[in-house]
Amino acid sequence: MQRTLVTVLRRLALAVGLVLAVLAVNFTLIHAAPGDPALVIAGEMGGADEATMATIRKTYGLDRPLHEQFFTYLGKSVRGDLGTSYTYNRPVIDLILGRLGPTVLLVLTALLCAIVIGTGLGVLASRRPDSFGSGVVTVFSLVGYAMPVFWTGILLVILFGKVWPVMPIAGMRDVRAFGAGPWQAALDVAHHLVLPAATLAIVYLAQYSRLSRASMLEVLGSDYIRTARAKGLSDAVVTFKHALRNALMPIVTIAGLQFGNLISGAVLVETVFSWPGLGTLALDAILGRDYPTLLGVLTFSAILVIVANLITDLSYRWIDPRLRGR
Amino acid sequence: MTTLTRRRLLGAGAAATAGLFGLPLEALAQAARGGVLVIGTTQKPRHLNSAVQSGIATMAPAAQLFASPLRMDAQWKPQPYLAERWELSPDNRSVTLFLRKDAVFHDGRPVTAEDVKFSLEAIRDNHPFTSMYGPLNAVTIPDRHTAVVRLAEPHPALLLAMSTSLTPIIPAHVFAGGDLKVHPRNASPVGSGPFKLVEFKPGEHLVLERFDRFFLKNLPRLDRLIFKEYKDPGSLVLAFEAGEIDAAPQLTGLELARARRVAGAQVIDKAAPAVGPLVWLAFNLKNPKLTDKRVRQAISFAIDREFVVKGLAGGTVQRSTGPIASGSPFYSAEVERYDHNPGKALQLLDAAGLKPGADGNRFTLEIDCPPGFAALTAIQEYLRPALAKVGIAVTVRNSPDFPTWARRVAGQQFEATMDGVWNWGDPVIGVHRTWLSSNIRPGVIWSNTQSYSSPKVDELLAAAAREMNLARRTALYKEFQKIVVDDCPVAFVIESTWGEAWGRKVDNPPRGIWGNIDSLAEVGMRKA
Repeated sequence: MQRTLVTVLRRLALAVGLVLAVLAVNFTLIHAAPGDPALVIAGEMGGADEATMATIRKTYGLDRPLHEQFFTYLGKSVRGDLGTSYTYNRPVIDLILGRLGPTVLLVLTALLCAIVIGTGLGVLASRRPDSFGSGVVTVFSLVGYAMPVFWTGILLVILFGKVWPVMPIAGMRDVRAFGAGPWQAALDVAHHLVLPAATLAIVYLAQYSRLSRASMLEVLGSDYIRTARAKGLSDAVVTFKHALRNALMPIVTIAGLQFGNLISGAVLVETVFSWPGLGTLALDAILGRDYPTLLGVLTFSAILVIVANLITDLSYRWIDPRLRGR
Repeated sequence: MTTLTRRRLLGAGAAATAGLFGLPLEALAQAARGGVLVIGTTQKPRHLNSAVQSGIATMAPAAQLFASPLRMDAQWKPQPYLAERWELSPDNRSVTLFLRKDAVFHDGRPVTAEDVKFSLEAIRDNHPFTSMYGPLNAVTIPDRHTAVVRLAEPHPALLLAMSTSLTPIIPAHVFAGGDLKVHPRNASPVGSGPFKLVEFKPGEHLVLERFDRFFLKNLPRLDRLIFKEYKDPGSLVLAFEAGEIDAAPQLTGLELARARRVAGAQVIDKAAPAVGPLVWLAFNLKNPKLTDKRVRQAISFAIDREFVVKGLAGGTVQRSTGPIASGSPFYSAEVERYDHNPGKALQLLDAAGLKPGADGNRFTLEIDCPPGFAALTAIQEYLRPALAKVGIAVTVRNSPDFPTWARRVAGQQFEATMDGVWNWGDPVIGVHRTWLSSNIRPGVIWSNTQSYSSPKVDELLAAAAREMNLARRTALYKEFQKIVVDDCPVAFVIESTWGEAWGRKVDNPPRGIWGNIDSLAEVGMRKA
């Protein structure tokens, strides 16, 4: 237990350093990109003269040297102040916290669906590798993996928006039901979540089914599985208790590594389905040269990925008792 | 638009106001009340305070949150709103507004002349349309409900400027102090309009609710008004087709055609004529290739506007002929039309001494375009083959983002560019800025970035900016349009007037000069 705590604390300390490094790199890269945010703000105001442009630059601190802007930003960030959005004229932290929930909901739902269904399909396929069902899973995996996430999304939008309009195709809530009770609201969100989560899950589901199939085939060929069968254990016990647990390690590893990919995929999915998460916020920030918002989103995304990897590390210890003492 | 003479102008009385915006008053009293109207939009408001921010994104919701001194009816005539009547002084240098005594803000505080003074001065000092209140000297307050607007010179655009979309009366007790452009309450404002703010989630939706103490009795008709954001016109129309939203405003081209096919859809073509969105190809007159007006005219003659209208825009827009949009009372069609005539273009280029080289090209022309505007990009692409036919080799230069394009054009580092510029009701507000030589201001986008300079045009516009007689003012603008179109500092291509699609349940959709960028108090939802 104590070893685990020490490990967690050590990882957390590393994570803080990593976040600071990410922040510095992002700040430099974003400010190195061409484009003057003052011009964007002026454009959205309908044009501005030199005096107004100067006021805009002063108001947003854009008239100060870059290194000064960085250290000011760093100091404020440590205190939880990520600045004010140029686009929305609101504290960035408020914008991010408002969008964090939808993104986490989308990504975790997609990840969970992908792992559970993908692994399930892989396990089924591994039990009779040459069967028709296994072939179907393989073809489904290849097609799912080959389809770009935005294209899958657009197809689903056309299908459920035009051909068979039974699913909402945009947003997270039915705005007509504004002010409904918590249960109704939860059901409404779940209804809106189906298409974006399915879109994001399909590509990863395909990967997990392929991975779990291969992993299970390897484990099922092991000596200890043969021994388990020789002991007269049922097929279900052999598959799910002995084989699957051992086959899970690569799946968990990939799940942790793919969390970052999932977030980048969420940017596309959120844009296609107008899902009000960090992805759409990031896209708007990029298009609007909204540096503070973009930096805030990137920092939060980095934190999410670091936390996901930390959880992955810890879950190894749960899955494999041999690692608990290390 | 109105004729402003020295006679006193008296309002008809606020009680009659509602009847002027769609349904007759009696019908309005019996019309269905309640319901929720969802308007889809691709516009993303930075905030909701239109006193310091132009653009539809802010102005459409702001017209519901804030009341203005006046409203304009469908005939461009000012009508009472917060001001129940008004008087113009004999020398046309002041207007006295007599405010309603029963108007209150959403927080219950009364609307007073102090708020009018604060708002007008705030707009003059902060709004990007600097000419709108440029002549405003001061606002004096003889009593709590009377405001006298004092001007440095007669200002014929004043009454239009005081209408819903352009002059929100913001509460001094909320907004006084601090920099208004970044005021924290810009995102959660208090107004005295028909709807009050419930929730503003940028990137998602804006929820407004009926203000029960709105000063016009029995209005608004709706219980709730919601603006829901969509990423592009395609998904907006898809949502309209699926019945997810009740209105899809600002549609053009294929999207408008699709919305028209929705069962029961009420489509208002050429909506919001006051906005007057013009699309043109602007020339940099400082570029040696384009200083000769015959070259610019040749390019204009080489453009097949009928193809642009029908082929590129699906017939949902119309060709434009000059700097003032056709919906304006000051529009004049008596200008050179530049009908498609490649032969004449060749003659003009020959006369300008631009003979074809060995490769058949007379000269090269680099054309820019602001990014993110599909209609403009399509025209930019079309110009390549169109101008090639007269020996002009076009290279298309794309900008990765708006700032890059704006820097190039405002910095006059361009040869020609597609652009979309809006009239905004009165020429003083949205037209003069492009043509006055005093407005050649490097670094400022949507100023006179063409560097066009004509003493005669300057003289005409200066006179029109002071002329209070409608007939004389119209004559001044007529001459102005003739000169500018002949000088051809830009090739006028289309008026990208848009249509508004309203669902079958929507009762009395807005048909005024500002379209849905106006108060929607009179709009209702049918029960069945």
